[in-house]
Order: sequence, then C-alpha cells, then structure tokens
Amino acid sequence: MRTLPAIMKTTAARLSALYLLLFTVVAVILVYYMTSLSVRAITQQTRMTIEEEAVELGGFYERGGIAALLRALERRSLQPNANLYLIADVNGQPLAGNVGALAPGVLDEAGWTERPFRYERISEEAETGEPKEHHALAVVIWLPNKMLLLVGRDLGEPEKIRAIVRRSLGFALGMMALGGFLIWFFVGRTALKRIDQVSLASRRIMGGDLSGRLPVTGAGDEFDRLATNLNAMIERISGLNDGLRQVSDNIAHDLKTPLTRLRNRAEAALAGAKSTGDYRAAMEQTIAESDDIIRNFNAILMISRIEAGSQAQNFEPVDLAAAIADVAELYEPVADEAGVALTVGEIAPAVIHGNRELIGQALSNIVDNAIKYTAGHGDRPAVSIALAAGSGGPVIRVEDSGPGIPAIDRERVTERFVRLEKSRTRPGSGIGLSLAKAVMSFHKGRLELSSRKPEEGDKSGLAVAMVFGGNAR
Amino acid sequence: MKILVIEDDREAADYLEKAFAEVGHTVHVAGDGDTGFALASTTEYDVLVVDRMLPRRDGLSVIAGLRARGETTPVLILSALGEVDDRVTGLRAGGDDYLTKPYAFSELLARVEVLNRRNGGREGETVYRVGDLELDRLAHVARRAGKEIPLQPREYRLLEYLMRHAGQVVTRTMLLENVWDYHFDPQTNVIDVHVSRLRGKIEKGFDKELLHTVRGAGYMLKA
Repeated sequence: MRTLPAIMKTTAARLSALYLLLFTVVAVILVYYMTSLSVRAITQQTRMTIEEEAVELGGFYERGGIAALLRALERRSLQPNANLYLIADVNGQPLAGNVGALAPGVLDEAGWTERPFRYERISEEAETGEPKEHHALAVVIWLPNKMLLLVGRDLGEPEKIRAIVRRSLGFALGMMALGGFLIWFFVGRTALKRIDQVSLASRRIMGGDLSGRLPVTGAGDEFDRLATNLNAMIERISGLNDGLRQVSDNIAHDLKTPLTRLRNRAEAALAGAKSTGDYRAAMEQTIAESDDIIRNFNAILMISRIEAGSQAQNFEPVDLAAAIADVAELYEPVADEAGVALTVGEIAPAVIHGNRELIGQALSNIVDNAIKYTAGHGDRPAVSIALAAGSGGPVIRVEDSGPGIPAIDRERVTERFVRLEKSRTRPGSGIGLSLAKAVMSFHKGRLELSSRKPEEGDKSGLAVAMVFGGNAR
Repeated sequence: MKILVIEDDREAADYLEKAFAEVGHTVHVAGDGDTGFALASTTEYDVLVVDRMLPRRDGLSVIAGLRARGETTPVLILSALGEVDDRVTGLRAGGDDYLTKPYAFSELLARVEVLNRRNGGREGETVYRVGDLELDRLAHVARRAGKEIPLQPREYRLLEYLMRHAGQVVTRTMLLENVWDYHFDPQTNVIDVHVSRLRGKIEKGFDKELLHTVRGAGYMLKA
C-alpha cells in the first residue's frame, strides 16, 4: 500500500485534489451568492407585507380607535402562521398582541428594526412547553395616543432556506470529493499504470538492454502512439549503436594490420639500418604508411557521419550531368594511364536536390574502382558513365568491361572493408563502394550492382547504378 | 612566421609547437578560447590555428569575435568534428581554411604557409612568373621561354594555382580543393596523374625542372 505522500506524487491525485479545491471554492462562492440573493429577496418581500399590514392596522385605529385596533389584532393573532403583533404603552409595557418576551431595545425607536431580533411568541405551544425563541423583523409605529404598535414577521423562512442551501452545499462538496476520488482512481489506476509500465521498460532499456521494447496495447491511444514512437527511437539508437560497434570493430581490425606493419618497419630500421639513407627510406615509408592509415580513418569517419547525419543539410540543386563531366574529367588521365577507355555515354540532363561533394565523391569512388579492376582485362578495357531518367528518378550508370562480380558477392562488396579475395593484392581499402552506398541512402536513393550484360552473365563486366529517388525534381 | 595555436590538447599543442619550430616558425600556444582570443587581439600573428572545440569559449566564437573586431589574420580551423557541413559552418564563421583531425603535419604546414599573408598578395597580379615560365592571366596563356604552351582549362587552373603559390608546398588535397572544388581524398593518385601531365607540358624540351615533387607532402613550383 502506498503512503499518502507517495499517492500525492501521482499526477492524477494532484489533479484530483486541485479540481476538488477549485470546485469547492467556486461552489462556496456560488452558494453564498445565491443564498444572499434569495434571502435578500425574501426579506424585501417580508418588509412589504409588514408595511402593508401596518398601514392597514393604522387605518383600523383611525376609523374605530383603539378598540377596533385591538379587535383586529385579536382576530389576526389567532390565524395560523400569524404575523407578530404587539401594542405597548409609552413605557414599552406590552398591552396586547401575540408577542411575549422581546429583546430589549426593540421598541425604543419608531420605524424598522435595524436587524432581526429575538422574541418569544405567545401561543398554545409556548404555553404548554418551553418558550421558543425566534427571530423576526418588525416595524414599530407610534400611535397618536402615544402607544406603540409593532408589526413583524418571523424570519423562519429565510432561515430555512439558508439551512437547505447549506445542506445542499455539503452534499455537493461530498459528491465532488467522491468525483475527485473516482478520477484519481481511474486515471491513476489505469492510465498511470501504463505510464509506470513505460517508465519501467525505459529504465530497463537504459540499463543496457537495447533489445527491450515498450509495451503497445493496440488500443491506438496516446500511450500507444507514444510507445510506438519511443520504440522507433530505440530501434534507431540500437541501429546506430550496432553500426558504431561494427565501425569500431572494423577500425580496430583494419588499422591493426598497418599499425603493426608500421611498428615492425620502424623496429627493423632501428635494428638493421646502416646508413642515413636507410633510415631516411624507412622514415619515408613510415610516413607514407601513416598517411594511408589517416586516409582510411577519414574515410571511415566520413561514412559514419553520412550515415548518422540528418538529411538535407546543405542540400542544393546538383546538376548530375555536370557532376559526371567533372568526375570524368578528373579521372580521364588516370584511365588513360591505365589503358582504359573512359567515355561519357548518353546523358539525359537531370538536376536533383542533394550534396554535390558527396555525389562527386561517390561517383569518383565507383569510377575509380571500375578503372582499377578493368585495367588489363580483355582486349579493349572500357568504362562508361551514362545518365538516364529512371521511373523514380535519375540513374547514373557506370559500366565496365572488367571481370565482374558474382551475384552472390554483390551485396557484400558494398559493406565496409569487404574486399573480395582476388582483389586483396590490389591497392585500396575496400571502403569506396560502402561510401557510395551511404551517400546514396543519404540522398534517399540506392546503389545497385548488376552484370553489364545480364544475358552474357557475370563475367561480362559490372554495372553500378546510382539510383536517385524521392527527391528528384 | 608567427603562429598562434589555440588548442586545449596539451600534447597536440606541444607537438605543433615543436614541429613548427623545426621549420623555423615561432609558435604561441593558448589552451582555451578566452586566452586565445586575448592573445590574438593583442599580438600580431601571421596565421592562427584554431581548434573548434575549446574550453570556455568555442573556437568558432573566438574567430567570429576576432572578425567582428576587424582582425583579418588568416585562420585555419582544426576540427575533430567534420560533419558533412562542418566545413561550411567553419568558413562562414570567418575561417580561411579547414582541416579535419587526424591530419598529417605536412598538410597542416603547407596550408598554414599558403595562408600566410606575407606569401600572399599575388591574387591581383596579372602575370605570374617562375623562371622562364610565365602565365598571362588576362590572355589565359602560358608560355615558357616565350613559347606558348597549349593547356586544357583544368590544366590552366592547376598551373595558375601552382604559380600563385610558387615556392610553397601545395598538397594533393589543396589542389583537389582549389582546382577541382572537391573536398575529399580520391582513392588513387588522380592528382599525381594530372600533375605529371602538366609537368610533361611545361618541362618537355626544357632542361630545367620547375615542378618538383616534395616527398610525403605534395608539389612545389620553383625555378
């Protein structure tokens, strides 16, 4: 069982308490206002009645003297629910009427009594039992013979209304307390239970269990939507986490070899170098090797950043035809030197929204690879770049007449550091295509590898397609 | 050359200090953004090397502050960041060049020397001359010993950049950035091939070598 302070910590309990308080305040104000209004109205009416009666009784006195007045009083006093009547002498001694004891000072002045006063009524009950005290409002008139006439009305009715209103106020407050409790019960026990579940699950996930997911009940309510979104977020975090782990594993693995080589060379130079020239050569090799490591490292970081990056930062219109021309121009001497014919084929002009740098880098990696693996293969090694308008968006296609990649290996070569066995001996880090792949997915596109001529099989050469989609203009 | 290095990594700063000193430059080191800003605004430096992530005051804010005071000292930003648009942010804040860690010192040195104002100022010259090689920037013509050398547009830009920084080492990445406007490392030595083509054009038939390869760093055009 939870203690009261713990219960008060839940949102529902706080809300209920707040609502209860608010309702109470409003209800009290409302009830007070209504009572005072109705009591005032009733008092007003009472005064009018009394005044009329006083005028009437005054008329009796004028027409028939004191005797007529007394007779009228006698008659009226005996009616049920009669008003109060009293005739007193100059000194205030009661002479006739249905009022017994009277609060002192009431008869001192003529006109309305300033406030309700206490009195005792002479009636049958009063004679038999305890004299009852009542409150009344009255008007006092000086008769011409110096006697006092008091006409008043019991205030029982307004008092009754006040009591009724108070009772109903109490009842209303009770109902509101009950309502507040019910709100707390339902919100607290059902909805908040789900929030508790969510926070419990998230604690578990924060504890390191990234495979955990928040419960989704299928009700499709706000909690489900929240849980679904949070789950998607966890999914993404877990994906990034895996990627990060993979990258660090790969970095460790990939850098270990060159670092070991670096160290061994330095050691060998220290042990075996005889001349300054030997040292120099060793140092130069060391520097060259370090540069390779740095380059690899930068490439890996680059991929990670692209993959982790949010889309469309610094995106601008990119003329794909111009990008192709730039890369072709950049690689033309390289291809020439490698004895590969690099040509730009059919170009269907296209402008996309993207990052020129990254597209240029991806394309140059693909072209670089193509030239590298096509060189020396076949009679007339050739690489061609073409730009076509695909159904979803523009497609840059780089075809080579190289040895091609067997279908089963195609997916693998776009992974980081994956280099097919036969290419291990060639320079390269195995990172070019994975960078191109990352760039393409950054542009909401994809990288497709296929045979250059599917009907002639894998050996006909490789075709790498940069398929843009989604953000094509 | 007098260089201010604002870098909080003590070891990296020490290394830079020593390495720059070895090639004859004076280096002051500031360990945080505030000190760096104070030094840079009171002392005359030729180049500032500013790390982006600094204690107390961020590197970009230091640069922006200096630029707001009208300081025009060239700034090279060093960054361990390197998001796709980091370079743009850095250059927009007032940096003149941007280098991502890890980097090779030869790369940093070459860039710092190119940034140095004392070596600069050739922007406005209409004719560049290195030995008997000259580049007429108005007529877009290169000549060696009075004989015109036919150049492709890109070869012209490459030669122009090399001649503007004659006597200084320019790295492959600097060439790629300034001549091709790409900011990535190409996989193979594409730049080398372009340079050797250009070398063929400007040196073929002449005895004197002008375009030198600087081992482990890049190239230098020098008479």
